[in-house]
Amino acid sequence: MRRARGFVVSACALALGFSLAGCPREKRDFRELPALDARPLPVRQTTLQPGSPLPSQVSNGPYEGNAPSIAEGETLYQQYNCAGCHFHGGGGIGPPLMDQQWIYGGSGQNIHDTIVQGRPNGMPSYGSHIPDDQVWKITAYVRTLSGQVPKSQSPTRSDELFPHPSEQAMPKEKPATTTQKASHPG
Amino acid sequence: MNGQVALLLPDWIGRHSALHSHGVQAARIENLWWLMFWVCSGVFVLVMVALGLAITRASLPGGMPGPIPPQPRRRMTRTVAAAVGVTILTLFVLLIASVSTGRAIASLGAPKATVVRLIGHQWWWEVEYEDPVSSRIVQTANEIHIPAGRPVLVQLESRDVIHSFWVPSLHGKRDLIPGHDSEIWIEADRPGVYRGLCAEFCGYQHAHMGFLVIAETPERFGAWYNAQLQPAVLPSTPLQQRGRQVVEGAPCAVCHNIQGTQASGRLGPDLSHLASRRTLAAATLANTPGNLAGWIVDPQTVKPGNHMPANSLPAEDLQAVLAYLGSLK
Repeated sequence: MRRARGFVVSACALALGFSLAGCPREKRDFRELPALDARPLPVRQTTLQPGSPLPSQVSNGPYEGNAPSIAEGETLYQQYNCAGCHFHGGGGIGPPLMDQQWIYGGSGQNIHDTIVQGRPNGMPSYGSHIPDDQVWKITAYVRTLSGQVPKSQSPTRSDELFPHPSEQAMPKEKPATTTQKASHPG
Repeated sequence: MNGQVALLLPDWIGRHSALHSHGVQAARIENLWWLMFWVCSGVFVLVMVALGLAITRASLPGGMPGPIPPQPRRRMTRTVAAAVGVTILTLFVLLIASVSTGRAIASLGAPKATVVRLIGHQWWWEVEYEDPVSSRIVQTANEIHIPAGRPVLVQLESRDVIHSFWVPSLHGKRDLIPGHDSEIWIEADRPGVYRGLCAEFCGYQHAHMGFLVIAETPERFGAWYNAQLQPAVLPSTPLQQRGRQVVEGAPCAVCHNIQGTQASGRLGPDLSHLASRRTLAAATLANTPGNLAGWIVDPQTVKPGNHMPANSLPAEDLQAVLAYLGSLK
């Protein structure tokens, strides 16, 4: 009888241990890709091309779903003064980042390439100035502004004086690529 | 033992102790520490003696203890009252000593003191010397030069999380709190290098967030100050010239400032006079070309989690950058 109870207790302890070990845990890798290593593919702005179609770029980057890196991206967004033009997502000098309008595409790869290469009408190219892993972190954060990232991974609190709720509480916008450049004031 | 350690390590590590004071304030803290040490040692010895007496003398003749007879009872009341009185007196002595020390070291209140603004970052210290004339403001990092024998006001602020300023040889601790400015006065008796460190846990590299306070004679301090006011030296060899071009074009320029060049970032330490500093990476590495190269190429191995990204520069570019940064006296 006692032996049976001991067996049940140790079985429960083992089960608990295994279930805890199974919990996914975000890994923060300190040694990122070195800068100037990973150049982006040329961005595609049209579907017209010679030969057979190339695979479309839909990757959202290495930090999609990684909360610490998204938080790091938020810090970098402030430090590199992205807010100087895009403000805290609402746009001003540059287009807003919290709506569904993506002039150059709303996937992670598109946002990354936009930061690296720059775009007409004012977006500078940061490719040789910001290390690639940091660009990907900023990309991951920018996607939280329009609610593209699950709530559990988005920053929970907004520190700035801007009347939008925290990134975590942003409504999810459905990204739509538009060719109307007039839709942003820049 | 102390002597052996001092032989092996740079002198500023050997002096890194609150019991080796080199300033008026630290001397008072040291005196208070020794007062408390000796009082507490005396109390400990007395308590042990009393306990020993109680164990050896109070063996009851025969069996269970009964009620205490009236006469010893009165004697015991007197003993307990006397012990309580002595305890209260001792605590009051310590309280008065502590409060008077605290008041004495709180301010050195000199009207024309050097004012240093010290800004804590994860995980380094930004140092700015205040001056009403804006062209005479000096910016540096992780090294505070002060004139020996003169009071210095250090204004503390933080950009990210709570840090704490602590130079054991000069003063106690004072926290750097984001959004709440505080200040601390320090004074070093004589020229020397005193190590300081962050004394409030602030993240991954809290343990590697050190700095040096370098006290110099007022003349040498003045000379240092004037040298820091100059813009960065112009490159004098083709290699240094190329190094400057690489620094200005590479990610370095986005975060670091080098006075008089295109590099004007404000996120990392000012590099205008990097070669004049003794350490790199917040008093983590000695400032040698080898350490600098390792730090530029792979900072995440030296201080995992810090905010400096790795830079994969081609070998000749790296050598040029080292030559240029090494020339920034």
